[in-house]
Amino acid sequence: MFRVAVRLSVSGVRGLTRPQPRCQAVLASRCYSHGKQETDEEFDARWITYFNKPDIDAWELRKGMNTLIGYDLVPEPKILEAALRACRRLNDLASAIRILEAVKDKAGPHKDIYPYLIQELRPALQELGISTPEELGIDKV
Amino acid sequence: MLLKGKNRRSSLLANTTRIKCASSYWLLLFVRAEVSDTVDMSRPMYCDRLDIPLPDKPYRDVLTDAEESLKQKEKGPWSQLSREEKIALYRLSFCQTYAEMKKPTGEWKTVIGGIFFFVGFTGLVVWWQRIYVYPPRPRTFDPEWQAMQLQRMLDMRVNPIQGFSAKWDYEKGQWK
Repeated sequence: MFRVAVRLSVSGVRGLTRPQPRCQAVLASRCYSHGKQETDEEFDARWITYFNKPDIDAWELRKGMNTLIGYDLVPEPKILEAALRACRRLNDLASAIRILEAVKDKAGPHKDIYPYLIQELRPALQELGISTPEELGIDKV
Repeated sequence: MLLKGKNRRSSLLANTTRIKCASSYWLLLFVRAEVSDTVDMSRPMYCDRLDIPLPDKPYRDVLTDAEESLKQKEKGPWSQLSREEKIALYRLSFCQTYAEMKKPTGEWKTVIGGIFFFVGFTGLVVWWQRIYVYPPRPRTFDPEWQAMQLQRMLDMRVNPIQGFSAKWDYEKGQWK
């Protein structure tokens, strides 16, 4: 059975999506005192594998997304694409739209992250037929 | 004699217990009239939280026929769903959007208003106290008394080196 290890991320820069490549020097400044340190790529790969499970069930999707949103980072577009495809396998459009809302909220004051995510996800959104919250008009009260 | 006493004690105890039971019964009846609808918290519950994007259960469980058919349509390609249908599907699963969750409540106006109200009320209470509770003003506050007090302090040479009287010019009869 696939076990999802819940990890608390210490550094806030981890996995933060930016158009420029991430500086590896950031990893050296992390505050772990012992144990193997997971790289950003390993973290992303782990989560993509989680959401890519072909027979993922609704509980696992919810658990995965709630856990991922609980971390102090904005997930990479690759992870979100895997999550959106999982929503498609589960025939759950509402959750797909909710995921997009959630990552926009996760970006907080950094207003340039969400447009970047949508830009990266645009092919998948078009393929799956997912409308963004902005297109549906639910991003405003 | 002892038996009588013991019996009396136990019957007293029974009476008090009976009274306690009776009063708690009435209390329960009274309270039951006020209790709101209970929700079974042992089952998965819905919640609107920014940090829990996908709650344990959808907002709407029991669907009408139209909603059921929309759910069936959801199993097909999503590009075939209209904008309104997508919004309807969202609203079936979720109560509030993120924008609605984050909407400012204006609670601060209530807080500031409440602060001003109670400070104002306190002001009224203090004013009433000034009029009806305070004793008469002591005569030592009168300007004439204060002048005499000042003159006496100067005559006594209060703090003559660095303090009070040091600042009075005794030759000229004025402050330095």
